[in-house]
Amino acid sequence: MNRRTFSCIICPNGCEIQVAHENGQIIEITGNKCPKGVDYVRQELTDPRRTIASSVRIAGAELPLCSVRLTKPVPKKDLFAVMEEINKVDLTAPAHIGDVVIKNVCGLDSDVIVTKEMERIS
Amino acid sequence: MNTREVVIVGGGPAGLAAAAELKALGVDDILIIEREKNLGGILRQCIHDGFGLTRFGETLSGPEYSQRFIDQVKEMGIEAITNATVIDISPDKVVTADTTEGLLKIQAKAIVLTMGCRERTRGALAIPGTRPSGIYNAGVAQSYMNLFNKMVGKNIVIMGSGDIGLIMARRLTLEGAHVSAVIEILPYPSGLPRNIEQCLHDYDIPLYLGYSVIDIQGEPRIERVIAAKVGENGKLVEGSEIEFPCDTLILSVGLIPENELSLSAGVVLDDRTKGAVVDENYQTSVPGIFAAGNVLHVHDLVDFVSLEAEDLAKGVFQYLRDGKLEENEIPVCAGENIGHVIPQKISGKKDIQMSLRVRKPVGRCKVVVKQAGRELKTVSMPKAIPAEMIQFRVKAEAFVSSEPVEVMINE
Repeated sequence: MNRRTFSCIICPNGCEIQVAHENGQIIEITGNKCPKGVDYVRQELTDPRRTIASSVRIAGAELPLCSVRLTKPVPKKDLFAVMEEINKVDLTAPAHIGDVVIKNVCGLDSDVIVTKEMERIS
Repeated sequence: MNTREVVIVGGGPAGLAAAAELKALGVDDILIIEREKNLGGILRQCIHDGFGLTRFGETLSGPEYSQRFIDQVKEMGIEAITNATVIDISPDKVVTADTTEGLLKIQAKAIVLTMGCRERTRGALAIPGTRPSGIYNAGVAQSYMNLFNKMVGKNIVIMGSGDIGLIMARRLTLEGAHVSAVIEILPYPSGLPRNIEQCLHDYDIPLYLGYSVIDIQGEPRIERVIAAKVGENGKLVEGSEIEFPCDTLILSVGLIPENELSLSAGVVLDDRTKGAVVDENYQTSVPGIFAAGNVLHVHDLVDFVSLEAEDLAKGVFQYLRDGKLEENEIPVCAGENIGHVIPQKISGKKDIQMSLRVRKPVGRCKVVVKQAGRELKTVSMPKAIPAEMIQFRVKAEAFVSSEPVEVMINE
C-alpha cells in the first residue's frame, strides 16, 4: 500500500487530500470537501489529465493572437503534442467564443475552441 | 458640467459587475470610464482556465468570463467610454477624464472605484546587481506572450511564487521555454496550492522555498541569477548560494491596489491592504465614493471580485435613494495572525461579508470573531494560508454592542 498527498486542482478550495492506494485503487481517502476530490484522485492514480489554454495567430484583428482552450482534459503525456497542433493554426478575423479551431485534437476526444471575441478591423 | 448618478472608474470585472447590478436595482444614469480600448480589464490576457467556478458553476478562461459581463452590460444599455483615462477625482466628486474627444468633466452623485491593482516591481525590492534587459514583471510577460505574440526568452528564472508567476511558468514551458527555478523568499508559497500543483509539479519545475535572490548578473542582457538560503535568523546561510544561468527573469512578487485617484479624492487608505478603508457598504471615508475588487484588496479569484462588486452596488443604490448612508462606527480589528479584514467599519445592524487573510500558514484552526469578550462566530478551517482569502458572512443578530469587533485565529 502506498500513501500520497494530492492538491486537488478541480476548484479554488484546493483541498489537500491524503490517500492510501494500491494498484490504482483508493483504499482510504481523507481531506476532500466534496466527491469531486475522489474522482480527481482516481483519475490521477490511473490516467492523469489536464486541459490547456494557449493562443493561435489571427489575421485582420486588432491583436495578432486569439486565445483558445481545450473543451475536455486530455492525458498529461499528450499536452505537448496538442501544443504542436495548436501552434499550426492560423485564423482570420472575425472569430467568436466557442468557434472550433481543431476538432478532436490528436484524436483525444477534445476540441480546441476560441475563447475571445475578435472583431475584423481591416 | 455633465452630471451623472454614478461614474464607475475602471471597466474590469469589478466595474462591470457593479454596473450590471446597479442597473438591475433600477439605477439608469451610469457611466463606465475605461482606460483601455476594450472593456474587460486584465482578464483579456489571462487566457488560462479556472475562472467562473463559483460565479457560473463552470470553468472558463479569463476572456470568456469577462465577455459574459461585457455582454450583460451592453444588453442592459449601460453607457461606457473606452480609451479614456480618469486623471483626477475631487473630494466633491468631480471626475476628470482624458478622452479621445478631449477633456471630460463630470459631476457624479456617487463614484465607484474599480481600478484594480498593479504589480510590485524590481525597484521596490532593492535586489542588488546589474540593470540588464530580460527582466519582466509576470503580468508584463503575460501580455507580451498572450496578446502580442512576443516570446520573452528561452531560459527562465522566476522570482516570487505569486499566482501570475506560476501561471507564466506553465505558459512559458508549453511554448517551449525552459523554466529552471521558481525562487521564493518565504518558507511557503505565495500562490494557490492548485497552481503549485498544475503549473509547477506537472512540468517538474523546482520551487526553492526560503531562498533569496542575492545577485543579478549580465550586461546588456541578464546572464544569471544567484540565490541563497535564508536562515531562521533572517540572515543568508553561508555556502548555500546557487547559480541559475538564464536569459530572462520573471518577477512575481506581489500586487498593490492602484489608489492614486483615491488619494486625490481624499480617500483614507489602510496600510495593510493598501486599499481604501471601507464600511459594510463598501463606502470609503468620503461619502458617496465606494470601492471594490482588487483596488480595495487583492483577491485570489475573479469570482469573488464580481460578487464583492455586486454587494457594493447595493450600498451605492441605498446611498442614491436616501442621499446618505448611516455612518458605521464599530471598528473591525485584525487580531492574532490576521493580516487584514474587510470591511474595517460596520454598523452592527446588518449582515456583513468578512474577507480576510492570515499572516502565516497554520494547520487546523478556528477563525474567531469577537466583541466585548464574547465569541460572535467561529469558522473551523482544516488549514489557513496567506495565499487563500477567507470569506464568510456574519449575521446582524450576532453583534452584541457597539464595542470594537476583533477577528483572530485560534490554533
